[in-house]
Amino acid sequence: MTGSRARLLAGIRSDRPLSFDEHLAVHGPLAALEGPAIIEAAGRAGILGRGGAGFPMERKLRAVAERGGRKVVVANGVEAEPMSAKDRVLLASAPHLVLDGVAAAAMAVGAREAIVCVPATAPAVRTAIEDAVRERRDWGRLRVRVAPVPPRYVAGEETALIHHLDGGPLKPTFTPPRPYERGVGRRPTLVQNVETLAHLALVARHGPRWFRQTGRQTSPGTMLVTLGGAVHTPGVIEVPGGTTLADALMLGGGPSEEIDSVVVGGYFGAWLPAPSSLGLALDERELGHHGAAVGAGVIVAMPASSCGVAELARVVSWLAGQSARQCGPCANGLPAIAGALNRIAVGRAERGSRAQLLRWAGMVRNRGACRHPDGVVRLLTSALRTLDEDLRDHELNGPCDACARPPLLATPTPEALAA
Amino acid sequence: MSHRLRVNPIACTGHGMCAELLPERIALDDWGYPIIDDPEVPDELLDHARRAAAACPTLALLLERAERS
Repeated sequence: MTGSRARLLAGIRSDRPLSFDEHLAVHGPLAALEGPAIIEAAGRAGILGRGGAGFPMERKLRAVAERGGRKVVVANGVEAEPMSAKDRVLLASAPHLVLDGVAAAAMAVGAREAIVCVPATAPAVRTAIEDAVRERRDWGRLRVRVAPVPPRYVAGEETALIHHLDGGPLKPTFTPPRPYERGVGRRPTLVQNVETLAHLALVARHGPRWFRQTGRQTSPGTMLVTLGGAVHTPGVIEVPGGTTLADALMLGGGPSEEIDSVVVGGYFGAWLPAPSSLGLALDERELGHHGAAVGAGVIVAMPASSCGVAELARVVSWLAGQSARQCGPCANGLPAIAGALNRIAVGRAERGSRAQLLRWAGMVRNRGACRHPDGVVRLLTSALRTLDEDLRDHELNGPCDACARPPLLATPTPEALAA
Repeated sequence: MSHRLRVNPIACTGHGMCAELLPERIALDDWGYPIIDDPEVPDELLDHARRAAAACPTLALLLERAERS
């Protein structure tokens, strides 16, 4: 499924991670580079963060490199997005590539300590990366440890992750200070998604020109994508940046039945109509024009036979439950929004409930310490447009036949996230 | 020197004192938490803004000096 264009997933096996020797046979050794050279290469390559925000890696590297004192690199592989599997696949199949990226990032910013965060619920992933850390005896002056973290949704927030690593609760903190100013152990900290680091490992080897040989100007290189829902072969693929949603779905064997919408990016992403949106490219600029984002590289094909309204109400209820409940607008607004959606789904909505949803959406956006409420609002507002007809139908007629179908969009229980 | 208002949303518990003391800049949402549409504080409102910040029981209302550009 990875095809000949695979870079991060080149040479991987399905039954076990690549050993260090196998990794070297595929990618060659990582040369020792000077920090400024690595940062410049990341900038010229145009590596964008793959954790969800799509932030330019160069700027994060530079911000930490410019600070004094001891510094820390945190590789975020917690992958709290329920429909995403790409970070786990990457960690479990090519752990040494991620570790090369950690080493390159540490060289770039001048860090001597690195923490690789993995989902506490995925022991195989943890074992793969721990074994890989041990297998490489020579870490120079870099100390690397692996930290299992419960994959609750806010683990995607840098400040929540740092708070947790410092022994506090997995909850965001007020900024500033931002992580590059004061992070783990109050030290300047670089937090990057594990896929982003793996791209850096390859740019450090082959250079920015090579990186840009695939993808498009505004989304150079390749990206990992998790396909889910009504596709013949769900799973993780690697595609050039700027690949259309339709082409990505075809790499998963195409839709397994008629689809009428797609959830793109993840649960902080957007709900787009299909087939009219399938020509859109996995590119921040292009998706941004449509209120969507590449996000964590998730594409879920929603079949016409499923009920988008029931799925939406379930996911938004789950997201409301994933709030850290620290900020009033999020702690109160998300349950209010979820409640209204659930009443629409069962045909018990008050008059004007969709206008009320939009009003509440405006009321919670940009009012949290983190981006959690903003992500929910993006999914909600896009879904209100895409599912408009279905929402009206439920308001008038109550639940449809498809409401009772088993959910496609996963909403893990608290127990499943605690493990 | 201009000033800007900002809320620490984690510290804020929705007492609503700020909206009483500075209605020119602060409204409350459906749950009693402050909404600041325009954070800029003109000089004539500065004393009121200072009082509102000082009156917040959780010190969640921040009156910050805007950086000169």
